[in-house]
Amino acid sequence: MSETTSISKRSVGWMGLKRGHRAHPLEWLVEKGIFIVSLSAIVMVFLIFLFVAREALPIFLGTMNSASVQNVIPVADMGKLTPAQLQAYLGLTPKQFADMDDETKKALMEVKVEEAKEASKDRDAAVNTTSWRYMLRPFQWSGYSKPVYIWQPVSEIQKYNIVPLLIGSLKATLVALLFSVPLALGAAIYVSQLTSPRKREFLKPAIELLAGIPSVVLGFFALIVMATVLQNVFGYQSRLNAFVAGIALGLAIIPVVFSIAEDALTSVPRSYTQAALALGSSKWQAAWKIALPAAIPGVFAAVVLGFGRAIGETMIVLMASGNASIVSWNIFDSTRTMTATIAAELAETVFGGQHYRILFMLGVLLFVVTFVSNFMAELVINRLKLKLEGKQ
Amino acid sequence: MTGKIAILAALVVMALPALAGNITVKGSDTLVILAQKWAEVYMSTHPDVKIQVTGGGSGVGFAALQNQGTDIADASRPIKPKEVGDCIKAFGKRPKEYKVAVDGLSVYVNNDNPVKELDLEQLAGIFTGQIQNWKEVGGKDAPITVYSRENSSGTYEFFKEHVLKGKDFAANAQTMPGTAALLQAINNDPNGIGYGGAAYGAGARALGIKKDANAKAVEPNEETVLNQTYPIWRYLYNYVNPALDKGDIRAYLDWIRSDEGQKIVKEVGYYSLPPDLRTK
Repeated sequence: MSETTSISKRSVGWMGLKRGHRAHPLEWLVEKGIFIVSLSAIVMVFLIFLFVAREALPIFLGTMNSASVQNVIPVADMGKLTPAQLQAYLGLTPKQFADMDDETKKALMEVKVEEAKEASKDRDAAVNTTSWRYMLRPFQWSGYSKPVYIWQPVSEIQKYNIVPLLIGSLKATLVALLFSVPLALGAAIYVSQLTSPRKREFLKPAIELLAGIPSVVLGFFALIVMATVLQNVFGYQSRLNAFVAGIALGLAIIPVVFSIAEDALTSVPRSYTQAALALGSSKWQAAWKIALPAAIPGVFAAVVLGFGRAIGETMIVLMASGNASIVSWNIFDSTRTMTATIAAELAETVFGGQHYRILFMLGVLLFVVTFVSNFMAELVINRLKLKLEGKQ
Repeated sequence: MTGKIAILAALVVMALPALAGNITVKGSDTLVILAQKWAEVYMSTHPDVKIQVTGGGSGVGFAALQNQGTDIADASRPIKPKEVGDCIKAFGKRPKEYKVAVDGLSVYVNNDNPVKELDLEQLAGIFTGQIQNWKEVGGKDAPITVYSRENSSGTYEFFKEHVLKGKDFAANAQTMPGTAALLQAINNDPNGIGYGGAAYGAGARALGIKKDANAKAVEPNEETVLNQTYPIWRYLYNYVNPALDKGDIRAYLDWIRSDEGQKIVKEVGYYSLPPDLRTK
């Protein structure tokens, strides 16, 4: 007994990783190296989220103010302000203020006067459009006949309502899932259960070849070819809409859903299907009633991963969806997704300005949506697995 | 000893080309083709100068100017006071503005569209979404599909300010990522209308624009844009940090505004500066 304890004490490695033998030093090094690499992958994802969330923090905390009506002090009165007042009025950090000479401060004051002259006389100019009330609820801006959800950030009065973008992302993703999940699942069932091994050898890689098409090529194809064809077939008005973008997105996520569903179906123990076939069922009955229910956790995971991929896809929706930010549940209307908005608008924004931070907030939202959907999927899959195994 | 001096001298000689002019130009997508052509021609006659041109939008150019990530910022709209303020906070002076070309914004419709001219008020009505059917402006009975640029584009801002007078674009205006994509969409859509720089005109028809309902329609071409009878025109700008406005960069900026540089403007499809704005 004491002998085994001394051996196990000797072979207890770092963090209690037990071995049956003493570790070869190189082996130990390689193991630790791989551990650090995998840890760094997690740390990097975490750091990316931290950076994005930090840029968006002022919006979450409500500390930004986009109201353009502010008191303007004429340049001649510059001498009447105390240094602290001048620094606050010009919006400078203490270091910037200390480094600046009087000429520059005067120039900044002149710029403030010009800014005020260009400011809007509109009654909405005093509104802080970056507050949550204006980002989520409809509002009747001047010049509009009723309360509406408007995303128009480049304007005298910047309008930052994100509801059209959320609806746009959801619409395109929904169409993509409705189009691709039946196709991919059907293909997975066929390839894993119903077809001969020889056909399977070439069908599986052929479908997974779809994953090799760059998304920009799919978007381009949708923009030039698919949009015209679909418009001729269905006869709707907007040539670029959520339907076209959804079909193209579906093409992009078919390989994702197919791969994982097919793996799940193949890993159903052969004994299940063999027992069903032995009892006299046809291949299709065995597949539909035995294999598929047994593989439901994996299939569900596949659909959720497809959803995550579709909601985060940028190039396809940027090119094929028409990018019109309207609130409408009609899939034949143009739509604007969150991802396309970030891609198209980030180039223009002033670093650290309101538009910039709101786009980062959209990024945080995408992160959160994908994270929450994966998390819920994990919960559901665990429940399903327990049900399947518990009942045995 | 002489060996070491020889090596040092050789190193210095090799380093000299790196010290010669290296100019970065960033900004407007409207200007990017023109900027690239200018850079190409200038570099062929001045082999010691290297010029890098990038697009991204007028806003990208201004952001890079204030981060000092570029020497020259291309812009298809004048700089805003807030951006001037940020530049002053960054390098202490207002950026220097140079006008480098003139652009006429054409309003494009499909070649099969019977409507040939519109006035500014009808244009504003169409693009803000108040006029929704072609029959209201003399065309056939079909809904109007409005195509616009993304809001990162200087062209978008210019159109909004000067034609829409600050009002918002229609919510259902389809936004396209570039003028070429916009024209391709209009070619495929018989009810489409859109706007863009004159240089991209192949394939769709540019409408004649009337200042008001009683004026004569003016088509965009060199004469009408330069004498400003065509109502929708704008200057294209280059902005530079005054501290950098000397030596190679000043020489390049002067060359752009000289007769040689302006000849290239015509070739690319924009309109060259009137003689009083050029460098002699």
